[in-house]
Amino acid sequence: MSPLLELRGVEKSFGAVQVLRGVDLSVRAGRVTALVGDNGAGKSTLVKGMAGIHLFDAGDYLFEGEPVKVTNPKDAAALGIEVVYQDLALCDNLDVVHNMFLGREMKRLRLVDEDTMEQRARETLDGLSVRTLKSVRTPVASLSGGQRQTVAIARAVLWNSKLVVLDEPTAALGVAQTEQVLRLVRRLADNGLGVLLISHNLNDVFEVADDIAVLYLGRMVGQIDAASTTRGRVVEAITTGVVPEGGAA
Amino acid sequence: MSIDTEDRPVADPSSPDPMPDNSLGGIFRAYLAKLRGGEVGSLPAVLGLVALVVVFSALRPEQFTNSFNFANLIGQSAGVTVLAMGLVFVLLLGEIDLSAGFAGGTCAGVLGVFLTRQEWPLLLALVAALLTGAVIGLLIGLLVARLGIPSFVVTLAAFLGLQGVLLSMIGEGGTIPYRNDFINGLNNSNLPVWLGWALAVVCIVGYAATTYVADARRRAKNLTVQPILLWALKAGLLTVVVLAVVGYLSVERSRNPALTSLKGVPVSLLVIVGLLIVLTFMLTRTAWGRHVYAVGGNAEAARRAGINVFRVRLSCFVLCSTMAAVAGIMIASRTNSVNPNTGGETTLLYAVGAAVIGGTSLFGGKGRVIDAVIGGTVVAVIDNGMGLLDQPQGTVWMVTGLVLLVAASVDALSRRRASATGHV
Repeated sequence: MSPLLELRGVEKSFGAVQVLRGVDLSVRAGRVTALVGDNGAGKSTLVKGMAGIHLFDAGDYLFEGEPVKVTNPKDAAALGIEVVYQDLALCDNLDVVHNMFLGREMKRLRLVDEDTMEQRARETLDGLSVRTLKSVRTPVASLSGGQRQTVAIARAVLWNSKLVVLDEPTAALGVAQTEQVLRLVRRLADNGLGVLLISHNLNDVFEVADDIAVLYLGRMVGQIDAASTTRGRVVEAITTGVVPEGGAA
Repeated sequence: MSIDTEDRPVADPSSPDPMPDNSLGGIFRAYLAKLRGGEVGSLPAVLGLVALVVVFSALRPEQFTNSFNFANLIGQSAGVTVLAMGLVFVLLLGEIDLSAGFAGGTCAGVLGVFLTRQEWPLLLALVAALLTGAVIGLLIGLLVARLGIPSFVVTLAAFLGLQGVLLSMIGEGGTIPYRNDFINGLNNSNLPVWLGWALAVVCIVGYAATTYVADARRRAKNLTVQPILLWALKAGLLTVVVLAVVGYLSVERSRNPALTSLKGVPVSLLVIVGLLIVLTFMLTRTAWGRHVYAVGGNAEAARRAGINVFRVRLSCFVLCSTMAAVAGIMIASRTNSVNPNTGGETTLLYAVGAAVIGGTSLFGGKGRVIDAVIGGTVVAVIDNGMGLLDQPQGTVWMVTGLVLLVAASVDALSRRRASATGHV
């Protein structure tokens, strides 16, 4: 079976700085693929390119085996790719429902259908066993970091997406919330979605990931099967850019 | 940053919303909590308005409170209020339009040229005037949203430029008179008394019925909904205000009723209320309106959500300048003519002041169309009341400036308060 998403030889430069130098990556449905790498390795740039926020300068972008053109966030959303950014990209002045449906408001008679949106937002949150939100009509500005993360993930799940990309979802969370989010990540993959998890935290990575892709200074070191490797090898790959003997998948 | 949600009140999972306190006290406490959280809305403006009315009524009981002056005040404020309504959309983006006043003057001039000089039919001339406004907004919007020039600079240039356009269109010291009854009636004539009452009833019943039906539907679906008592309070307040205003305006206010009768709701009030309803509907019920708030709140988030930020920005500038055209026509209608100063002097500054006094934030993302109406009334009451006190224009401007400063401080302080308590 071909991977859900496949990138081949992707390159991206910002002026004179080449951030991505021929990166290959594949994400399979039903699996959690972790993307790790040190600061400046190009993780965020890779994700923004996948989401259509930046255009790749060169390389192939395949989705479900077909070459596709993703030139703006709408293209990515149309394919079923949802990205939850590190800075969450929520509008503080809007409430939870409006944020979850931002840019994709449900309409009835060409008007915003608040009732159905609120119902669906609540169903989705209930489906994720979210119990920390007092009201879906609270402005996001008054939510805590964990609650915001929940809203952002719920927004990604709301759209029956095929691939969910999570950029450092647990970076700002406490222990209990981290556990909840990781369980949620696992559940997404178990439901048949492809999940790309970007993380600095190898604890998280080894807890949920099926395979681990290591990025080093804009190059893909390799995509390693999580079960067949150890933390030490991954750390070495992240810091030296070389996969140690016996670690490659 | 360590964030935990455990210390927050966690509701019982079976009912996502804690049972709201629906008593009068509960509603009041919820409102107080909102105020303490920094969501002051139009409250400072309303309190200021009440204070101003009390002061002027005490100092000039005869002249200020009579119904002639009341109707006069509405006519005086109509132009600024309509201008402020358009400006709300640009302010919501966190931008500014300094040219709106002269854009209005220019459009009123275009109307004068086509209607009076070229003797075009009314409808055609009116469309030309409104289209002029839309084109001005389109150009400003393109420069701001496409080229990324700060709106302050673009509209400052447009302010100077349009002033010149208006002057050369009309000629030094000249005026273009309006000779059309419809145009001149916009800001001078009154509705028949019966029609005023009929529209008042339609307004009240329309509001009460639609909000009640919507609330009932949401209650049936178990969605968040305001308490019935709060609905009753709002509907009751609206009823009292509307009936009082219409009642007062239906009194004979001519000094010599035998000669000419002067009573009924001014047409300008109908224009203001009509625009208020339409624009509020656009801003709160359409996806476009949501996108305006989103772009004003976090443009990057809006862009990532796939919203066409450029088009939203552009549309707000077009709408603002088109509303400015309406405002310019209202101002010119008051004097039955256009002159090179129509929409100039303090018009634009009063309009920006009105929107901010009413509670629209200069930082973007927060504001309502009704803010413009409330703020516009405050500005008009100051202008009108100070005039009746025989104060020199210098004092009037100083007092207006002070009020605006207070309003801007309330905005800034409530924002600080809001970010400290985690509200918007």
